[in-house]
Amino acid sequence: MTTATALPVTGVRAHARITAAPDGRGGTALPLRSGEGPFAVRRTRSADPSRARVTLVGAMSAPLGGDRLAIETRVRAGAALRVDGSAATLALPGRTADPAHWDVWLQVGEGGLLHWLPEPLISVCGSELRQRIRAELAPGARLVLRDEQVLGRAGEGPGRLTSRLTVRYAGRPLLDQQLDFGPGAPGWDDGAVLGGHRAVGQLLVVDPGLGDEPEQSRLLGETAAVTPLAGPGVLVTAVAQDALRLRRVLDEALTFTSW
Amino acid sequence: MRAGAATLLVLADGRFPAGGHAHSSGAEAAVKAGRIRDAASLHRFCAGRLHTAGLTAAALAAAAAAGTDPLALDEAADARTSSPALRRTARRLGRQMMRAARATWPGPGLDALAAARPKGAHQPVVLGLAARSAGLTPLDAAHAAAYENVSGPATAVVRLLGLDPFDATAVLARLAPDMEEVARRAEEAARGPVEDLPAASAPLLEITAEQHAAWPVRLFAS
Repeated sequence: MTTATALPVTGVRAHARITAAPDGRGGTALPLRSGEGPFAVRRTRSADPSRARVTLVGAMSAPLGGDRLAIETRVRAGAALRVDGSAATLALPGRTADPAHWDVWLQVGEGGLLHWLPEPLISVCGSELRQRIRAELAPGARLVLRDEQVLGRAGEGPGRLTSRLTVRYAGRPLLDQQLDFGPGAPGWDDGAVLGGHRAVGQLLVVDPGLGDEPEQSRLLGETAAVTPLAGPGVLVTAVAQDALRLRRVLDEALTFTSW
Repeated sequence: MRAGAATLLVLADGRFPAGGHAHSSGAEAAVKAGRIRDAASLHRFCAGRLHTAGLTAAALAAAAAAGTDPLALDEAADARTSSPALRRTARRLGRQMMRAARATWPGPGLDALAAARPKGAHQPVVLGLAARSAGLTPLDAAHAAAYENVSGPATAVVRLLGLDPFDATAVLARLAPDMEEVARRAEEAARGPVEDLPAASAPLLEITAEQHAAWPVRLFAS
């Protein structure tokens, strides 16, 4: 781990890795589980014994400006893993003017199943974070992914938060979306983008059983929609006044969009 | 032959018969929700649209005009459009643009895409190919895409709100530097690989497009 005296120059560089694989007895083993710096990767009790569960526990405040944090999660063919978080992630200003980077790499093999359900990311006033989530799904892989962004803590303005979510299924692009909020991002707070809302979230369900646009879109109130993608996936997009209301909508959607 | 400004004016003209006048590009839903009320809120709506959906469309158009495989771009456009209502609209407008473009600047590139996507490719891809067929540059195509991204809503709001057409046009004129910037960024991105093209999106545009498509009565098709 980088020492505190090195922080002003480079920030923290940390890389966590998780690999889930079938254990040969109908369950899932975790042959690789490593964390360093800001995260601890804990194996936690799974409600479903056939699926492994890992909880990301924040071991220090991060990401700060200048930090480069990455997490790589591989679910091998036939394995099932749920990854969640112990608390919200705060993007904080750092001692350098550089943005922080948070890279998430997800890979799911044939017949594999990944639930990626972290707690919200809160963009604190004065911070600058670039989040990049990439998922590479083999044919027959399933994924449930939640991404929640909260712009500022209660009573403060947001930092700058840029986020790109890229999902490929069977080697083809399935979803590619970039969001850019906060000071310096043109037009982010007005009628076309957020309309004054301070929380925005997505819940993506990829399931080969969905086929090509089999389902109808569905509205969840005035500020959320469930939309079938052009490939085997459904996306719930929601904006809300705050993190609680956002979670309520996404939870409601989770119950009827996935397993 | 390299075409000039006059050709770009023909392509970008609101009277170019590609069906755009029937669409408000999200403005009708925003007016109903009270998010567009006057010239100032129209300006902010258009700025948000331009820097999100507009940038994404301009980059697709610039890449198509630069000769990038239009089917790869069409697939990239699908991945960048989560709302099925917006995908349907983009393909419908793409089909109409294709008919107009093949009559205006016929060429093998347009013919090949029309044959591969008979129900219509995403409109920005067709717009970019049309620009290429007309002898225009990728930057020209990006300008045309950026301009129509905001001229549509501005014109629609004149009908939806009874906004003074002079005020609506002034909004567009004030957005000109933003359009230049978006077109420049789009053209630059179009030189790179398809997967790195901008994917900027606007959550409310995607959500309200689905709401609007479910309205029983509406003035505009989208």
